[in-house]
This record gives sequence, structure tokens and C-alpha cells, in this order.
Amino acid sequence: MVENNATIGWEMNEVAQKVAMDIPDGSYVNLGIGIPELVAGYVPEGREVIYHTENGLLGMGPVPAAGEEDPELINAGKKCVTAIPGACFFHHADSFTMIRGGHIDYCVLGALQVSEKGDLANWSTGDAKAIPAVGGAMDLVAGVKNVFVISQHNTKTGEAKIVKKCTYPLTGKGVVTRIYTNLAIIDVKPYGLFIRELAPGVTFEILQEKTEAKLYKTEN
Amino acid sequence: MINKTIGSAKEAVADIFDGATVMISGFGEAGSPIELIHALIDHGAKNLTVVSNNTGSGHVGLAALIANRQVKKMICSFPRTANSKVFPELYHNGEIELELVPQGTLAERIRAGGAGIPAFFTPASVNTPLAEGKETRVFNGLTYVMEYGIRADFSLVKCKAADRYGNLLYNKTARNFGPIMCTAANTTIVQAREILNLGGIDPEVVVTPGIFVQRVVHVPNPADESKLVAEDRRYPW
Repeated sequence: MVENNATIGWEMNEVAQKVAMDIPDGSYVNLGIGIPELVAGYVPEGREVIYHTENGLLGMGPVPAAGEEDPELINAGKKCVTAIPGACFFHHADSFTMIRGGHIDYCVLGALQVSEKGDLANWSTGDAKAIPAVGGAMDLVAGVKNVFVISQHNTKTGEAKIVKKCTYPLTGKGVVTRIYTNLAIIDVKPYGLFIRELAPGVTFEILQEKTEAKLYKTEN
Repeated sequence: MINKTIGSAKEAVADIFDGATVMISGFGEAGSPIELIHALIDHGAKNLTVVSNNTGSGHVGLAALIANRQVKKMICSFPRTANSKVFPELYHNGEIELELVPQGTLAERIRAGGAGIPAFFTPASVNTPLAEGKETRVFNGLTYVMEYGIRADFSLVKCKAADRYGNLLYNKTARNFGPIMCTAANTTIVQAREILNLGGIDPEVVVTPGIFVQRVVHVPNPADESKLVAEDRRYPW
């Protein structure tokens, strides 16, 4: 919309809306912690989507009203949530049977890096001083049918997050199917990264300049 | 007569020995058996290997057990959370071991341990640092990594209601690791908010069958960990 490179593209709320539009009616969906959680706010009218949270709830509802929080009703980010009518609780082995057994249709995750082959790095920068923590990320990418990434296109310091080869430790190899950023929506195909949609004000050339991996215009 | 109820948390944990492997239920504070953990701190067993998803918050519950230098090694998926201070400090100083396991692999290792399955193959962590050095095998053209089942000497579990046979019900997402940990220990010790008469739990909705439980302690008003952390309480009080 604006010519200035600093302000081109979508707001992350708009990106979340784009993701929500691509999740079909009746899907079982797991949303990662942080930006992916925005997606739940944009389910189009008339669609019913059921949210799974890996700590043991299918049918996760919105954040409770102030004063209604229950510390034993939380999401994977350990924040208080609600359960919708028709929800169910289950233990961890059942929860990850849903994930690894291929029963969850979509997951939406954040990323540190995504490679042109769909490799994802989102759990560690490899910093020896950091406490390593992985949670359910490796299980999600190994088992969920469609793995979407939602992320800023570049790091805060302007470095590419969509790269030829991830330099951070992998979460999974060849697992990402589509990337949603503030600048574009990109499909990961066996033969490369194909631009599905460009954000307002973004040209192919601008996008390629901000992306380390080679991009392709979508073939017809 | 079978009566698995026991008078106090203190008696329930009295035979936990130095060097034991102890599973502790909970995902963050939800389902964490804080009164049993505090009894274990009073009891003092050392060199424990603890299997739990996280490493506790503030200076109560699991974090206090670690702070009291009773834990030699943690097996978990997510050792840092918003309010975890104790584990990171000891880890940085090389004073506690960590075995990091993907959350679903952790759950499956516990489930397998409880089901008498020594090892299994999973796709999670293949091609990542967490699979390095582990045996892999190809099934139908895809690579899987071998992971071992885990068994424990003791499991400490929090639930909502129990009867004297050890049948259990849980509360919402506090169920998490409880049911599988009950199956995977030689001695499963449960703290229950409510003790019901036999038949008080509909057999159709029993979550943990009593055969997996050895001891039940009545803890009618378990502490709210996040409140204790917010007040910066420290155990021992």
C-alpha cells in the first residue's frame, strides 16, 4: 500500500486472517504459541474448526473472562483458556496419538528459519548458553498433515528467515507445506518455493531481495 | 480388604530411596502434586532422576525439590518456563543433568514403559540434534528413530477424585501426564482432592483403573502453585 519498504506488506493480524481463510470447515487444528494463536480470531463465518492443544484438550475456546480463570484449564503456552461445549480432555499419550497418528489436519507454527526444502528450525538457536527446550514442536511437524508457518519475513535485524539451508538446529526436515509472512504467502513444493500471493506494495524483486532462497512465480 | 488410602503424604513417600527414578505429573502447575513433592523434600531422598514435562516455577513444588539438591537428573521436554529460576541456574553451573525429549516422545516413552514395551520407533526428532547417536530404521521408505520406554520406581500424581481401590478421575487439563505415569511406576502415589466410596465413580468414566495405583492420600485443598510463586513463597516454609 505504501512505497516505503519499511511499511509495505500486511500486519500480522492480516496474515493470521489469510491463514484462517485457508483452513477448511471441519478441520482439527493445533496452533503454536504466540503469533499463531491470532489465527483463532479469524475463522470465517459458517466454518467450524476444532482446536487441539497438546496438553490435553480438543475443543479449546477463547480466553476466559477476568475472574473466570481456572489454573487447571490451560493451553500449551500455560495460559488459561476455556473449553467449548463438545470439548474433551485426555492424557498426553492420547494427545500425541492425535498428533503423531496423523489425526490433526493443520498446525500453524512460528519459525526461526525455513529452508527451500521445507526444513523448519523453530526450537533452538544452538546457543550453548541457552537452556534447550523443545516441547511438542518435533512431534507436531512429524505427524500433522499440513504444517503452516506464520512469521515475519525477516528477523528484527533484517536477516532472511527463508533460507537455502537452515543454520539453526532443525525441528524437522521437509515438513513445512506453506509459509505466511508479512510480505507474501509461499508454497513449499518438491521443486522449490512458489509465490502464492504477494502483499500490497511487494513486488517479486523486493521479495527475492529479502529472501535468501530462490523464489519462483507461481506457474499456471 | 483392599484399602490404598494412606494417612498422610509423609507416610506415602517414606520409602522413596536415594537414587530412585521418580515421575511427577503436571504440565506447568496444572496437575503438579505439590503436597507430595513437599513431603518428598521433607523426606530428603537424594540423587533422584525426575521425569516431568517441566522443571517447576518459583521456589515451591518441583522447583523447590531441585533447589534442595535432591535431583541429579531431569528428563523433560521443556525445562524453562516463565517463572523457572532454579533449574536454569543449576544447569548453567553444570550441577544438574538434562535429558531433553520431545513432548510426544516423552509421553510415548512413559506409555511404553507402563505397557511393558522396551522400545519403539517414532518419526519425531529424525534429522535433528535430538536423534543424534540413536538407532534409526526405515519403514515404508521413511526414517524413524528408536526410543526406549521409561519405567520409574515411583510416580507422584495429582488427581481430582479417588476411591479406596485407586480408581481415579482428573480435572480438566490437569490430567496431562497423570494416567500414563500411573502405569509406569513400581509404586504410584496419588494425591486426591476427594475420596469417594466404592461405586462413587461411574465405572464407565474411570480414567485410571485402580490396578495402576498403590497409594492414595487425601489432599482436600491443594495449594495453588501460581499464587505461591506470585507471593514468592519458598519451600520449606
